[in-house]
Amino acid sequence: MRLGLVIDMDTCVGCHACAVACKQWNTSGTTGPLTDYQPYGEDPSGVWFNRIRHYEVGDYPNNKTVNIPMSCMHCEHADCVNVCPTGASYKRPEDGIVLVDQDKCMGCNYCAWACPYGARELDREDGVMKKCTLCVDRIYDEALPPEERQPACVITCPAHARFFGDFDDEESEVSRLVRERGGVKQMPELGYKPVNTYLPPRVTRPIPTDDVRANTLISSVKDWVNKMVAR
Amino acid sequence: MHPALSVILFTVTSGAGYGLFVLLVIFHLAGIGPAMSHGELIAHGVAALGLITFGLLLSTGHLANKKNAWRSFMRFKTSWLSREAVFAVLFYPFALVYGLCVLLFGPEIGPLGMVAGLVAAILAVITLFSTGMIYGCLKTIRQWNTALTPANYIMLGVATGAVAYAAIASAFGNATAMHAGVAIVMLLIAAVLKGIYYFWISRVTGPTINTATTFNRATVRLLDTGHTAGTFLTDEFGYDPGKNTTDILKMAVFLLGFIVPALVFAAVLTGAPAAIGWLALVSTLIGVGMERWLFFAEAKHVVRLYHGAQHT
Repeated sequence: MRLGLVIDMDTCVGCHACAVACKQWNTSGTTGPLTDYQPYGEDPSGVWFNRIRHYEVGDYPNNKTVNIPMSCMHCEHADCVNVCPTGASYKRPEDGIVLVDQDKCMGCNYCAWACPYGARELDREDGVMKKCTLCVDRIYDEALPPEERQPACVITCPAHARFFGDFDDEESEVSRLVRERGGVKQMPELGYKPVNTYLPPRVTRPIPTDDVRANTLISSVKDWVNKMVAR
Repeated sequence: MHPALSVILFTVTSGAGYGLFVLLVIFHLAGIGPAMSHGELIAHGVAALGLITFGLLLSTGHLANKKNAWRSFMRFKTSWLSREAVFAVLFYPFALVYGLCVLLFGPEIGPLGMVAGLVAAILAVITLFSTGMIYGCLKTIRQWNTALTPANYIMLGVATGAVAYAAIASAFGNATAMHAGVAIVMLLIAAVLKGIYYFWISRVTGPTINTATTFNRATVRLLDTGHTAGTFLTDEFGYDPGKNTTDILKMAVFLLGFIVPALVFAAVLTGAPAAIGWLALVSTLIGVGMERWLFFAEAKHVVRLYHGAQHT
């Protein structure tokens, strides 16, 4: 088995619900807690397994906002595992999930250096490295109804932009989506062979902009006032 | 990359120690240079082992969970960090046997001491190579992912070792033109290799924001990183002192690390007192310390692409 995620960059609205659901589930999960540093202070920070970044792709007027959620790609060639000196990082042969044994990690940060996708974050309080587990404590839990045996981020996504499955099974939903939508990988040139795959935005009819109101003197003054007046 | 002080001090001091040890064994066993007194041999050996041990103790300083440091010997088969730890520890029994033979028998140490010394010197070079490969093997940082990285680590260790060697010899009134000449040649080779390295990393290659985000046929700009404060990723990989600072420091590296000590030894060759070799040692250590700081500060991890950098 080669378990992983498919993330649809066409439908992702960038709401961060996946990251919040991840944090909620995993902070009390096998590698929890996901420590927060000064959560009510000036600069709240903390450990997250999943982060969403927002980009502008293309130049106006042919530009588009694309939201890219990123977590561990559970790479086939996981250098983070190879460089780990203690053996705390390991890749499960049975399903390809990359995990960190919290009891063995010495917190040297070397695996985070080896990861091109920023998937690993050191917990400064616990002194150990933490990362996405693909909700390993959930996907095999037979006490849960079958439809809930999926990572928390996938279940919660309101835009249905996340899919979980076995990439080795050609008939799985993830394999079919990658095939039909032309799935792409991030930084393939580095040779990590990430399992998680992204679906590019669909090509859509451009929205005409020539009927947008032209600037008048009054609207220009209003725009200027709005810019100058502090909120 | 965030430059961790413990790692900078560790690699500079233990590098000098390994370099000093290698030169000591070569000069001693091959009989190169003037005959060394018992006291001078011991001084070189104690200085080398002292520098190495001081460095290795510091190396645990950047670990967030020190109680598991002993586990770093466990993945010799795949991890250069593990290999460095194993070779660094394996070095000690051979170096101590050599040192014991020197203590007991003086300069004529006999076959056991000679073999132990040779093995220890080879392990010292392998340890320096492993240290370089810890960085050199990372495909995520193009400034490190080059054969020049381990070459720099070895040559900078040997060059600082050669300077330390000449300085210690001067304390015993035994410094000759050979000591100054070796130091100058080693500094020159180290400087040339470092120069090639700086030339190499000045040319941009590798992943871009396009390959990182998968949009290879359009311009890509960061709109928002999704967090208001810093994260582990921005703390660890976001450090950027700016080109002005790194350019000035690079000149200082060449000036203090290579040119000043080489001029000092040139002065020794033309008749100045050999004791000014200590000045060269201080200058070299400061220069190489700045070189090590730059090595981290100039390294641009590919995660920076996701935080808006167009290239690394």
